[in-house]
Formats: sequence, structure tokens, C-alpha cells
Amino acid sequence: MTIIAENPIKSVAAPSQVQQKVIASLRKRHRKEKLFRSLGLGAVLISLALVALLFINIFAKGIPAFWQSAITLDIYFDPKIINIPQKPLQQADESDNDFRQRDLAWQNQVGFVNFNRLIADSLQKVLPDAAQHRRDLGRVVTSGERFALRDMVVADPSVIGQTHTLHLLTDANIDVWLKGNIDRSLPDNQQQLSPKMREWVQSLSEQGIIQNRFSLALFMNADSRSSLASAGLAGAFMGSFYMMLVVIVLAVPMGVAAAIYLEEFAPRNRLTDLVEVNINNLAAVPSIVFGLLGASVLIGWFNLPMSAPIVGGLVLSLMTLPTVIIATRSTLKAIPPSIRQAALGLGASKMQAIFHHVLPLAIPGILTGAILGVAQALGETAPLLLIGMKSFVASVPASPFDQATALPVQIYLWQGNELRNFFEARTSAAIIVLLMMMISLNGIAIWLRKKYEKRW
Amino acid sequence: MMISALPADISAQSTDQLRVVTQRINNLANNFGVVADAAPWELQAAEHFRQLKANSALVLTALIAVIAAVGMLFGLLKITPALKARHQVERVVKGLLVLCSAVAILTTIGIVLSMVGETLKFFSYVPPTEFFFGTTWNPRFSTVGVGEQGSFGLVPLLAGTMMISAIAMLVAIPLGLMVAVYLAEYAPYRLRNIAKPAIEILAGIPTIVYGFFALVTVGPFLRDLGNTFGLTISATSALTAGVVMGIMIIPFISSLSDDIITQVPKTMRDGSLGLGATKSETIIKVVLPAALPGIVGAVLLAASRAIGETMIVVLAAGNSPALTANPFEAVSTVTVTIVNQLTGDNDFSSPQSLVAFALGLTLFVITLLLNVMALVIVRKYREQYE
Repeated sequence: MTIIAENPIKSVAAPSQVQQKVIASLRKRHRKEKLFRSLGLGAVLISLALVALLFINIFAKGIPAFWQSAITLDIYFDPKIINIPQKPLQQADESDNDFRQRDLAWQNQVGFVNFNRLIADSLQKVLPDAAQHRRDLGRVVTSGERFALRDMVVADPSVIGQTHTLHLLTDANIDVWLKGNIDRSLPDNQQQLSPKMREWVQSLSEQGIIQNRFSLALFMNADSRSSLASAGLAGAFMGSFYMMLVVIVLAVPMGVAAAIYLEEFAPRNRLTDLVEVNINNLAAVPSIVFGLLGASVLIGWFNLPMSAPIVGGLVLSLMTLPTVIIATRSTLKAIPPSIRQAALGLGASKMQAIFHHVLPLAIPGILTGAILGVAQALGETAPLLLIGMKSFVASVPASPFDQATALPVQIYLWQGNELRNFFEARTSAAIIVLLMMMISLNGIAIWLRKKYEKRW
Repeated sequence: MMISALPADISAQSTDQLRVVTQRINNLANNFGVVADAAPWELQAAEHFRQLKANSALVLTALIAVIAAVGMLFGLLKITPALKARHQVERVVKGLLVLCSAVAILTTIGIVLSMVGETLKFFSYVPPTEFFFGTTWNPRFSTVGVGEQGSFGLVPLLAGTMMISAIAMLVAIPLGLMVAVYLAEYAPYRLRNIAKPAIEILAGIPTIVYGFFALVTVGPFLRDLGNTFGLTISATSALTAGVVMGIMIIPFISSLSDDIITQVPKTMRDGSLGLGATKSETIIKVVLPAALPGIVGAVLLAASRAIGETMIVVLAAGNSPALTANPFEAVSTVTVTIVNQLTGDNDFSSPQSLVAFALGLTLFVITLLLNVMALVIVRKYREQYE
């Protein structure tokens, strides 16, 4: 292009006025071209930088939260403190029900044991001046850890009388202090930890008794408000899991069936057209509207329980349905008619041609669409807030009908926690877990597409 | 049925009071407990209500059992060598397929019906003119009682929604469009192969993650930036939410526009280049005008996405339903208010909760119009070049 433009300049000795004008304007036009091009490149680079910024930001904040300060203590299961009868054994003539009741009564007794004293006693061994500061002493280890000790005793009563070396999570504020997430120069009245506590924590971490350890609590525990350091994602994870199960069981087969009908059987008329527009439109309806539908129809009319994964799953199924239908239809469209014609020519009914020949070929595409739909449902928050899934649930749900929360909702709940210094990192960690799940789902979808992709 | 069994002096009360009474009885029947001691007639009514419920469950179970038995008998009698089973099975399967496609329609009908129903209920408390043209939003709490009603004005919420969406579009349209143009027209093959999926990652990230990003990173950053220029930008503001929402929407605009730009026939480009136009001139004066309807469709779809977006605004817009034109201040939106009105308060029959459905219907209608417009435009455009 530039060569053509420059040719006349060389052939003529002295450029005429018109030519001078052209040359001047050409320079300007080429400058504009360059500017436009660099604007485009700039936009691409800015967008890529934003992707990178988002990820780096979340990961930089969240990764430290996977490690949490834990204190290594020799816990002596003092029989004087753990004053409980023998663990009941099932007698030969005892019914299961009776035994369970006796066992529960025993566990109840174990629950009354002051496990905090075990922790305090062993702390006194590493902290010489502990006796004078009993208030602080009880706050070193996070309050949820006494249940870990209780569970040890319940699981195996023979630990009584023995000494075990355990890693117990410290209080959330100690974690914040050690990670430097709070300004250490703040005056005493603005610090979460008392001066004595800070002195202890400093010396314990210098001795290596308090160390940063990989936080299993984040994955194994349900949410907690009394013991912030042991709040975990297990409850939210199970809630999300049940919901995805409902989505997979409902949205995927129904979406595929609807797509088969619309693509293969439906007559081309206004009604089909209307359905098509309706599905495209449904895919673009704001997710919160589906939440309203769930709140008024499922909870209001059908009286399904609030906060239950089954309701969340139903709402998310309706939301994912259009995605699955659209993906399946485009896959079916891509399969050449010769397959159908060959099957029909050999005497198969239309139903047989589709279910025996077309559908198997479409499975990779359908799976890809289904996985992307599930990933979309996994990250959805707004509709779940409306059906009560933002309530605080401190247990891992055992069935889709129990109260539960979901991963994205847990993120929403944690970001609002008052202990910002601690939960900003923990929220980021939860986001990393969610993003990792979504990335792996998308990865599977891409792998499936690459592996089974066929060009006709 | 329950109300008819109540003592006469109570069932003769106004509907508002009756609502409170039924709520109390409902709570008693479900063992939730109520404020103050339950009167004996209330307990009686609760017992009656519980029995009605138990009876209906029993009847339902019996009915199902009878239907199942009759069905099995019918099936057994039908099995003969003359039976053309495949045809019948196929007819049933086809019926199931039709049913599944009907679910999509039913969902839409369900959305519209449920929301219209609840909205009409809401309008029996608050007149529609007050809702659509009121300029103050202060719903108070449902526990205050029905006598003391707040004001339900849609205008400040809609203004907040529009402001945030406008900011988002201001961020996303130039960026998204330039990305699409560059990737479709200029980018070398390898850059396009990396950049396109990388930018589309933005579309797959859950919105709650954007909300958190806006709240802890973008908001404070914008506030500090404002401080250096002597502007007061609050950390949670229309600007924060708008900018982050804009980032989220970039891939919607860039992917759709990219598809549309590549669909513009090559001959048009060659013609323009052959006449001596530079590449950028060709793009600006030939390709983009040809692709304009499709791009407008993409922008409308993105706008409907922005208007319906919830989590970013819940976290980052500040939730202050005041009518303001200053993007540096906190605002509230339709979606945020739906979340606020429907969470925490479980009494679905108070105007404070019902207003959420009126807001939802407004939102649904707005996004529906945008979507239909976009779909029609995009479809027309496709036909033009196919």
C-alpha cells in the first residue's frame, strides 16, 4: 500500500501542489492508522492486564490464608479432669435403638468435660507466668479446638491418661498479629490482643511452638461464628455439591430432551418460533429474577423448606436449562443429515435414528454444554440469597433437605464478617477454592471438546 | 377452611388484622412460637389447622396408591402379542420431549404470573403511581405494622441502576469494541488464539468475586485516587460498582462484536482497500457501519446484563437509596433492594417484602425489552449476510 502511494513522488521531479497536499494528507492518514492500531492493541493489553490483576490480587490475598498459625502442645488427657464412665458397649440382648440412646447419653457426659482446662494446663507448661493471666490464657487457642479434643475422646476413650502432641489452631487475632495484617504500632486500646498476649505470642513463635501450618480446618469444618479461626468451607461445599447434583439430574436431561424435540421433531411454525425466542430470552433474564420465582413459587406456594439445597438446585436448574438447550441444539445442528438419512434408510424409526445414531455422536458436545452450565450454576449467588441460603449454618448438611449454604454465598457471608483482618484473606482463599473448581470444570469441558471434536 | 373455623368475632375482622391472626396460628401450628401468650382459641385453631394439614397429606398418599394400583392393572391387561409396543413407547417418549420443551415456556409463564400476582398484592397496599413516580425510598420495617407505612418510590433505585449501568457501558463499550476490532482485523493468529480465550475468562468468573474485588481493591484505590485530586469518592460508590461491572461486561461486547465483524463479507473490505483507503479508514467507514446493527444488539445484551447484575452492586455500590447525580456517592439499585427486602424478613405478605416482586417485575420487563430488541436486531443482521 505504501509503495503505491509513494510511487508518484519518485517519478516526478518537483511535486505539484495537488501532490504536496496528497503527501501531507497521507502522512496524517498513516499517523491515524498507527494510532488506531495502537489503540486496539492497547485495549487488548488493558483487558489482559485486568484479567491478570484480578487473579494476582485474589491469589496474593488468599494464598497465605491456606496456612494458619497453630500451636504445638503436649496435651495430657488428665483422668482427674476427664471424669467419665466407660464407653458403653452394645450388649447381646440390647436393641440398636437402646444402645444408641445409651451411647448418646455417654457422649453427652463427655460433652460436659472441661476440655479447656486440658489446654490451659498444657499451655502453663510452655508459659511460665500463665497463672497470673488466666483471662488471656483461655484465648490463646481458638474455642473450637476443645471439640476436637472431645471428638478424640469419643472416638477412642483409651487416650485418657496419655499425653499426645497436637497442633491446635490459635485464635484468629493471633493469626492476624503474626501475619502482620494489623498495624503493630497501634496503641494498646486499639489492639485486639492484650500486651501480655502479644508478648506470649512473640516468644512462642520465636521458640517455634506457634507455627504456620497448612489449614485443614478450612476444608474440613463448617462455618463457625464462635471460633472464627476454625471456620471452614465443608458445609458450603456440601451445599453446593447437593445443588449441583440436582442441576445435573434435572437441568441436563430436561435440557437435552427439549433440545432434541425442538431441533429434530418440532414443526417449523410460529409456536416453535415463540419457544425459540423464549429460550433465548430466558438465557438473558437476570439471575435474581429466578430467585424471586423460587421465593414465591417454590417456597411460597409449594411450601418447600427455606435454605435447603433442593430449592436452590431447582432454581439453578431453571436458570441453567436455557444454556443446556442452546448448547445441545447447536451440537445437534452440526451433525450431518446423512447420519439420520442412513439410519432412516435402513428402516429405523425417526426416534431410533435419533436416539441410536445422532445422540451418541452429539454426546461430547452435550457434555461440554452441560459442564459449562453447571459451572455457571456453581458460581451463582444472587438467587440463592432470596431463598434463604444466606442464613448462618454451622453444620455440614446431611441431605439436600437440610439447611445449608453454598460456596459463593459463603464468600458473601465471610466478606461481611466484622473481623476484617482475618476474613479478607479467608474470603480470598474461599474464592480461590471456587475459582479452582470452576477452572477445572472448564478445563474438563475444553478437554472433552478437543478430544472428541469431529469436523464433518 | 381454617378461617371459617375461627370464632365469629375474629373472622369478622378486617383483612389486615386477619393476616396477623393467620400468621400467628400458622406459627403455632408449626411450633415456631409467637409473641405473647397464645389465646385458647388460637391454640384450638392451630390444632385444627394441623389436623387439616395431616388429613390432606393422608388423602394425598391414598390417592397416589390408588392411581398406582390402577395403572399397574391397566398395564398388565394391555400386554398381548398384538400390541404395537414401539409405536406407543415412541409416542410416550415424544410426549416427554414435548413436556421438557414446555418447561422453558412454563418457567417464563411462572415468572410472569408469580410476579404479577405478588405485584398486584403490593399495589393493594401502595398505589402504582406512588411506586413508579415516588422519589423517596424508605420502606421502614414490616414489624412496625401496617398503619405506619414507609414510602416506596422507584425513581431513586432506577436512577442508581441506570447510573451504574451507564458507567459500566462507558468502560466496556470502548474497550470491548477496540478489543474486537483489533482481534478481528489486526491481531496475528497466535495473539488472537491466546488473547481471545484469556479475555473470555472474565465472563466465567462468578459475580461475587467481582464484588469482592470491587469492595477490597478497586473501591479503596478509587478513593485514594480521588484524594490525590482533591475529590471525595466514597469507597463504595456508583463509580466503583460501575467500573468493575464494566470489566465484567468487556467479554460480552468483545466476543459478540468479534463474531459480527468477522461476518462482514471480505468483498466490502477489499473494495474499500482497493480504492486506496487505509485499513483503519476501511474499518471505521465500511466495516463498522456494516456491522453496526449487530454491535448495537451486542451492546443491548450487555446493557441488560448490567441492569440485572446483583452481587457487584450489593457489595460495592454502598446501598444508599438517595436520588443523586454524583457518581462518587453511594447509591442503591433495583437488584440490591430486591435482595434487601427479601432477606431477613420472612413474612412474604407484608408490603415491605411484596415490593421486591414489583421491583423484580420492573426489572424483568426492562431486560425483556432490551433482550428482545437485541435478538431481533441480531437476527435481522444475520439474515442480511447469509
